This record gives sequence, structure tokens and C-alpha cells, in this order.
Amino acid sequence: MNINLTLIGQLISFLFFIWFCKQFVWTAIIGAMEERQKKIADGLDAADRASRDLELAQEKAVAQLKEAKQAAAAVIEQANKRANQIVDEAKGLARAEGDRLKVAAQAEIEQEVNRAKEELRHSVATLALAGAEKILQANIDESVNRKLVDNLAAQL
Amino acid sequence: MAGETQQTGSEYIQHHLTNLTFGQTDHGWGFAHNAQEAAEMGFMAVNVDSLCWSIGLGLVFSLLFRWAAKRATSGIPTGFQNFVEMIVEFVDGTVKDSFHGRNPWIAPMALTIFVWVFLMNLMDLIPVDVIPYLLSFAGVHFQKIVPSTDPNITLGMALAVFGMILYYSIKVKGIGGFVGELALQPFGAKNPVIQAAFIPINLTLEIVGLLAKPFSLGLRLFGNMYAGEMIFILIAMMYGGGLLLGAFGGVLQLGWAIFHILIITLQAFIFMVLTVVYLSMAHEDH
Repeated sequence: MNINLTLIGQLISFLFFIWFCKQFVWTAIIGAMEERQKKIADGLDAADRASRDLELAQEKAVAQLKEAKQAAAAVIEQANKRANQIVDEAKGLARAEGDRLKVAAQAEIEQEVNRAKEELRHSVATLALAGAEKILQANIDESVNRKLVDNLAAQL
Repeated sequence: MAGETQQTGSEYIQHHLTNLTFGQTDHGWGFAHNAQEAAEMGFMAVNVDSLCWSIGLGLVFSLLFRWAAKRATSGIPTGFQNFVEMIVEFVDGTVKDSFHGRNPWIAPMALTIFVWVFLMNLMDLIPVDVIPYLLSFAGVHFQKIVPSTDPNITLGMALAVFGMILYYSIKVKGIGGFVGELALQPFGAKNPVIQAAFIPINLTLEIVGLLAKPFSLGLRLFGNMYAGEMIFILIAMMYGGGLLLGAFGGVLQLGWAIFHILIITLQAFIFMVLTVVYLSMAHEDH
């Protein structure tokens, strides 16, 4: 238990070890720990942000779905309307076509009637002439009589 | 008693409390052959065992922690790195609690003190006879393996702390501020004449207080470790007293060693905290 140079030796080695610790140990370890702390904090932040983003995205998805449904409903409605319109149009066209056909048929019928009348008139005239010829049994100037009979037929 | 049955009890204790001292003997430079010769060497001698164990343990601390520091990354820490980071964080927290200035040297110093002093104290748990007995075959006759039971070691560290207290006091407060702190406290007066009369009293009180810091710091550690070592030596003496006494001694040694784990950790922690507190006081500017 004598105080001697050991004291000085210990003092110097103490200072050396402090210097060594600061220079080569403390800075590196504390640096790594702080960096890790920051990393973890960043990670937690990112996780928070991600969950918030997820929530937002879900909300957005729901909104978009709703919008899409609305759009689809609008499209269907429009399509229905259009279909009705097309059916109406088709009905209109069909009716017009029917009318036209009816008119054409009537016209043809009238024409046929006229022609039949004409033919009938003609036949009547011929018949009348033949009859008259037979009745009179005389030579009559056929062309004069013809005119006469034609006039008669026209008045029928 | 490790085979030295011819020794008496007091010789055994004396033997265990003698350092391996290198210095100038009557026959030139060499190792002291007994405690008296070691004492006669005076200041110009070195306790080779204390200093070697102390520096060796300091190297163990430095290299282990350097190894951990090299591998330290911001990734997931494993194994030994976890352990080192736990200690570093503990020391860092303690320093942040008691030291409020800004000084990058304080925390590494606290870590060095804590781990180094702990390792030195830990040597106390190795049974007292093992290493001296082994070394006696190599011709080394004295060996104290616990550096902190040597007042040179503890007071050496305390003196370094004292030097730092003086350095930072003067650096932070200036010479005038530091002297003023010593001379104008704790008694002060508005009247300059009475103030002047108080100065000698203040100086006496404050200088005693200042000097008490390193001495209490060094002697506290030394006293605790010395007493613990002494009890281990006394228990070890029981092994020479027959089977029954030896078995009782074994139980006692186990009990004291378990209790001592607490003491060595606590003393290392106290040395660290007091150093930090003293330096914190040195940084405070009134």
C-alpha cells in the first residue's frame, strides 16, 4: 500500500483509454444507434402514412364504384329510352309503309276497275253494235254507226 | 492456503496484500522481496501487478468495445452488439440525466470508467489463491490481481478526474470566475469589508471541499474493494482448518461472492456517476 509511480501510470493509461473510447468506440456505437432510431421512426412514419393512404384509396374506390354504378344506370336508362325510340320509329315507319302500300293497292284497284270499265264499255259497244247489226240486218255504214255507238258507250 | 502450510495466518494475509513492486533495492533495480522492502522503495517504484492487470483489463475493454463498434450498423443488432449497446445506452442515459452541459468527452469517459472499473473489480471474484499460486510456479512471488484494491490505481484515476475538474472549471468560468467561486462562497456579504473578512473562511472551506472530491472518489472505491478482498482472504484461510471449517468457508465464499457481484457493480457505477456529477459542477457557471 505504498503510493508510487503506479499512480502516474494509471493516470496516463486512464486518459489514454478515455481518448481511445471517444475516438474509436463511442462515436461509432452512438452513431449507429441514432441512425437506427431514425430508421425505426421513419419506418413507423411510413407505416402510418401507408395505412392512411390505404384508407384514402378505399374511400376513393368506394366513391368510384358508386360513380360507375350511377354511370351504368344512366347508360341503361338511355339505352332503354333509345330502344323505345327505335321501336316507336319502327312503328311509325311500318305504319307509313302500310299506308303507302294501301294507297298503292287502292290505286291499282282503281286502275283495274277503270280498265275493267273501259273493257266493259268496249265490249258493250261491240255487243251493242253486233246486236244492232243483227236486229237491223241491214248494211249500215259501219264507221258512222260506230261513232254513234262509241258516243253511246262513253255515256255509260 | 495453497500449499504454503508453514505460513501463519498473518503472514498469509500479509503475503496476499503485498504488491509485486519493481524499484531500486539495495542491490540495484529489481523486485522487492517483501513488503518492507517494497515500502522502502519510496515513490520511484511501480506495482507491476496492479498496473499490468489494470492496463490489461483496459485493453480488454477497449478491444471488445472496438470490435463491437466496428460491427455496429443501423440494422438489427445481435448478440454481443446488443449487450454493448445496452451498456452504452445505460451510460448515455445516466450522463444525460446528471450532466447538462455540452461536452463530447464526458459520455465516453463515463463509459470507460464504468466498464473498466467494473472489470477491475470483477477480478475480486476469482478465488484469491488461484492466480498467485499459478504464478508462483513462474517465479513470481507476489501478485495482487485486483487493481482496484491498490490505492495507486484508484487515486490515479481520481487524480485524473481532479485534473479534469480543474481544467473545465477554468475553461468554463475563467481563472477569475473559478477563484471567485472558491473565495466568495458560501459566505457572502454586500459590505466589501465584511466580504473581505469572509474570504479566508470561504477559501478554507471550498478548498477542503474541492480536495475532498478526488480523495473521497479514489478512497471509496479502494476501501470497498480492499475490504471485500480482505474478507475473501479471511474466508480462504478457513480452507486450511479441516474439512468442516473448509466446507463452511466454501458456503461463506459463495455467499460473499454473490453479494460482492452487487458491490462491484455498484462501486463502478458510483465512481462513474460521481465523476459525471463533479464535472457537471465544474461546467456550471454561476
